[in-house]
Amino acid sequence: MRTTAKSVSLAMAASVVALAAAQAQDKSLTIVSWGGAYTESQDKAYHQPFAEQTGTKILQEDKSAQALAGIRSQVEAGNVTWDVVDMLQADAKRACDEGLIMEIPADEWLAPGPNGEPASEDFIEGTLGDCFVPQILYATMFAYDTEAFPDGGPQTIADIWDTEKFPGTRALQNIPQKNLEWALIADGVSPDEVYDVLATQEGQDRAFEKLGEIRDNVIWWSEGAQPPQMLADGEATIATAYNGRIFNAQVNEDQPFEIMWDGQMFEVDGWVVPVDTGNEELIKEYLKFATDTQRLADQAKYISYAPARKSSVPLIGKHAELGIDMMPHMPTADGNFDNAVQFNTDFWADYGDSLEERFNAWLAQ
Amino acid sequence: MLGPSGSGKTTTLMMLAGFEPATHGEIYLDDAPINDVPPHKRGIGMVFQNYALFPHMTVAENLAYPLKVRGMGKSEIQTRVDRALGMVELPQFGSRRPAQLSGGQQQRVAVARALVFEPNLILMDEPLGALDKQLREQMQFEIKHIHENLGVTVVYVTHDQTEALTMSDRVAVFNDGKIQQLSTPEDLYERPMNSFVAQFIGENNKLSGTVKDVSGKECVVELDHGGTVTANPVNIEGPGSRTTLSLRPERIEILPPDNYANILEAKILELIFLGDHIRARLSVAGNDEFIVKVPNKHDEHELREGETTKVGWHASDCRALDPIAIS
Amino acid sequence: MSDSSAAGHGQSSSPTGSDETPGSLTTADGTPLKVSLRRAESRARRKAFFLVLPLLAFLLITFAIPIGQMISRSVRNPEVADYLPKTAAAIQAWDGQEVPPEAVFAAMADDMKVGLENRTLGRAAARINREIPGARSTVLGTARDLDEMSPPYKEAFIAEDEDWENLEFWSLIKRETRTITPVYYLLAFDYEYSPQGEIVERPESYQVYRMLFLRTAWMSLLITSLCILLGYPIAHLLATLPLKSSNLLMILVLLPFWTSLLVRTSAWIVLLQQQGVLNDTLVWLGVIDDNNRIRMIYNQIGTIIAMTHILLPFMILPLYSVMKTIPPSYMRAARSLGATQLRAFVTVYMPLTIPGLAAGVLLVFILAIGYYITPALVGGDTGIFISNLIAQNMTGSTAQLRLAAALATILLLAVLVLYWAFNKLVGVDRLKFG
Repeated sequence: MRTTAKSVSLAMAASVVALAAAQAQDKSLTIVSWGGAYTESQDKAYHQPFAEQTGTKILQEDKSAQALAGIRSQVEAGNVTWDVVDMLQADAKRACDEGLIMEIPADEWLAPGPNGEPASEDFIEGTLGDCFVPQILYATMFAYDTEAFPDGGPQTIADIWDTEKFPGTRALQNIPQKNLEWALIADGVSPDEVYDVLATQEGQDRAFEKLGEIRDNVIWWSEGAQPPQMLADGEATIATAYNGRIFNAQVNEDQPFEIMWDGQMFEVDGWVVPVDTGNEELIKEYLKFATDTQRLADQAKYISYAPARKSSVPLIGKHAELGIDMMPHMPTADGNFDNAVQFNTDFWADYGDSLEERFNAWLAQ
Repeated sequence: MLGPSGSGKTTTLMMLAGFEPATHGEIYLDDAPINDVPPHKRGIGMVFQNYALFPHMTVAENLAYPLKVRGMGKSEIQTRVDRALGMVELPQFGSRRPAQLSGGQQQRVAVARALVFEPNLILMDEPLGALDKQLREQMQFEIKHIHENLGVTVVYVTHDQTEALTMSDRVAVFNDGKIQQLSTPEDLYERPMNSFVAQFIGENNKLSGTVKDVSGKECVVELDHGGTVTANPVNIEGPGSRTTLSLRPERIEILPPDNYANILEAKILELIFLGDHIRARLSVAGNDEFIVKVPNKHDEHELREGETTKVGWHASDCRALDPIAIS
Repeated sequence: MSDSSAAGHGQSSSPTGSDETPGSLTTADGTPLKVSLRRAESRARRKAFFLVLPLLAFLLITFAIPIGQMISRSVRNPEVADYLPKTAAAIQAWDGQEVPPEAVFAAMADDMKVGLENRTLGRAAARINREIPGARSTVLGTARDLDEMSPPYKEAFIAEDEDWENLEFWSLIKRETRTITPVYYLLAFDYEYSPQGEIVERPESYQVYRMLFLRTAWMSLLITSLCILLGYPIAHLLATLPLKSSNLLMILVLLPFWTSLLVRTSAWIVLLQQQGVLNDTLVWLGVIDDNNRIRMIYNQIGTIIAMTHILLPFMILPLYSVMKTIPPSYMRAARSLGATQLRAFVTVYMPLTIPGLAAGVLLVFILAIGYYITPALVGGDTGIFISNLIAQNMTGSTAQLRLAAALATILLLAVLVLYWAFNKLVGVDRLKFG
């Protein structure tokens, strides 16, 4: 009886060790992103080639919309399950300040440019962060249903506020970011002064008041997939959206949508690594691979977001399946970029709390 | 109203109360047609099988309910409720809830509630069905006394013939949705007009036969198993027709005097001693369930099981009724 | 049980029976019957306790502990005390009248060095930034330039950023050194600390929670009333129709109950949206103009319609279970006693359905005030409930978990108070849930 118990426990211990060893060998990465067409483009451009090359198993979660809150709770609970997280630059800055994500020494971790220049020089200025590796530049801008405006759609931000000339429902995202900037631009503030004005009490009042003018014509969206759907359903005639989503609806679903590039707000999206993943080597390997010049250019074959490396831009070619020239659809292309406003992540790190509270209160009233 | 279950007595009661529409015919109450009068205007009190005392009201509130809906003043209601509670001997129970009362007490409250608004007629739908035997008998008398004291007409539904015979002035025996006979309890027992009533009320011996001859108050019936008897023609169609003879067990004599109109051979199958009488099961004219009640007297002949003897009865006690199958 | 014959038997069958005091029972081995009975009973109790132990543990782990944590989280405020410990100690002596002395600045400089090293400074800065927008940049910016500074830090800091002269800034830091704070409960009722440390109402443009609590309450009440209005007749039909048709009706009631919440909510979107079935029909019928389609969803109407539909079974089922037990003779008795159909219904039938009605009201109302997903999907901006803002405070990038915890605690208390009041009014033991 004793001996049986002993041998059973021995066998169990052995199998536990074997299991742990097997898991250590079976390399896997949990990568969190935004889902939809965007995750698909990452899957094709980064994940699949990386998995083929290294035999790593890639697990994907579509949780980027709650990335900051998610990392915060995982780190606080001491149970970090995410290895690499796709995150907005503004959130990455906060997470970095709060010590929730690892510092990433760019030149040490990332691949150099094609001519041997260090990574920090190859990425577009102001996009690399202490803890943040940029992937793409994307724009949030207005798009409209051309069928709703047979005589031509809105051309400027001010047109968006002109509900008589351009009737119909507007779909806006239910956050203060960008909406308040646009409201000020529509009210005549020049784009380069927007953030200075918005930092003052009067400027905030002015922005909310201007936003209030069209409130009765607004429905609100929360997920990136919603605005193209709302346009397609006729629930809205004009919508703010991520440019890649509208591109996708245009080319893949033949929707009669048109992007209004005036006043587009671009920002950077990229990778961060939560602290205490215990998987650092593999993560390093992945980041080096996934953010090199070719890989970033490859992603542009699937979605109209601009690569964050300068050296990738000349490599942008045609859409992988449809053969469309991708360059004209990039937010950074000539003509599209003329009146672009850079989303100010520092401003929102400082004023986000208070403006978000006020926005939520305003919205609920 | 008396009858087996499913005979239509409750339906009839519900038609009287106005809860079932009468598909045919007219209902009169005090010479006024009430077919089109809704239940609440008929002024008929009703006691239900399970009393239907409102559980969310106290006893007093239950009694006050019919008075309240009639818009009676508060003090008037109070007096009447007190009087009704006194009548059913529950004067201190006014503030209790029905659930706090025993079955008999609930029954009395239900009766009081049906009476309190002084209706012309009270309907009772097997009101004592849920009580045990002893309580039931006590309540039978109480209801009878209330009925006698108040002089109000009560239509009482029951399937218990003893109850019906004890309590009623007149009994309507129901079967198959028809009133078989409407008469006093005594008539029902002594003078049943058809085989169903004879069978349903009290104990009854049946003999089948064919009518041979009818003459005035007597008829001659030839029994199926041989022999003829003289009977009282009550419900027969004439010579040649089939009939079932009905005989009450206490009207049959064992070893009868020779002057009896009918005397037949009988075999004693079983004897049961019941104190005041002996119950004898005999085989008479092919009927093995022929019961005779033999009074327990000193001079009685000794009977033994298996012996053969003779039984006899008067022609007037043997009622020739409509034919039914004898099982 | 002091049966004398049993006592005698117990003694005679016991070998040591003669030692016992007369009248006390013993078992075969001589232990007094009472003792051995108690032993047997406590053994049975222990066994029973072991049986419910998993359930108790489950409740503790999944219910009691998380709720306790939520409540404790709603008052905790450790950031400044934990991540600026020296400053927290030094500032206690400060009287708040003028800019703090050099000692406080030096302590701040020390804390910043450690905080930068451990990258925890951002957490303290984020907390201060909540109260004074821009304070985050002041703290982090100064900290980054700390290398180039030298004592006295007071002058150096003020030269770097004039916010360091701001007395409100320092009073805030002093206030935030308290690790237990009522501030989230104040926020939850649209109050806050003024720079002077008094409790004041928040500026109007920031007020939202009181309004949302009230809206949640009145909309839940409305939804509950609609459920009564719609559910009562259906339950009555269910209870009184012949079995065959009532079974069919019951399936119709239960079918949506078994369908996924999301499917049902989406179905309402399809029906009610501006390009939806109902609007299309109205346009087709010519009732409304194509350009003036009615907005029936993404607002309060949408929330009310969809939630009434979803919560209806919770009203119907308890009502039905009570109505089924009410014999028709009650109504008949009332009618025979002289009450009209209506009066009999109101004075006899309805009071008898109160246990079911109350259970339904309690279920629907409590479910409604905590409802999240349906208002989130069809409530748009004006049709959302307090739970939606709780959720918003749990996810988003500027999430305030502690405010969410405070709001949730208030909601929990509201439900408990409601339950208590209900118990006083109706008596929870009388309720029939089905």
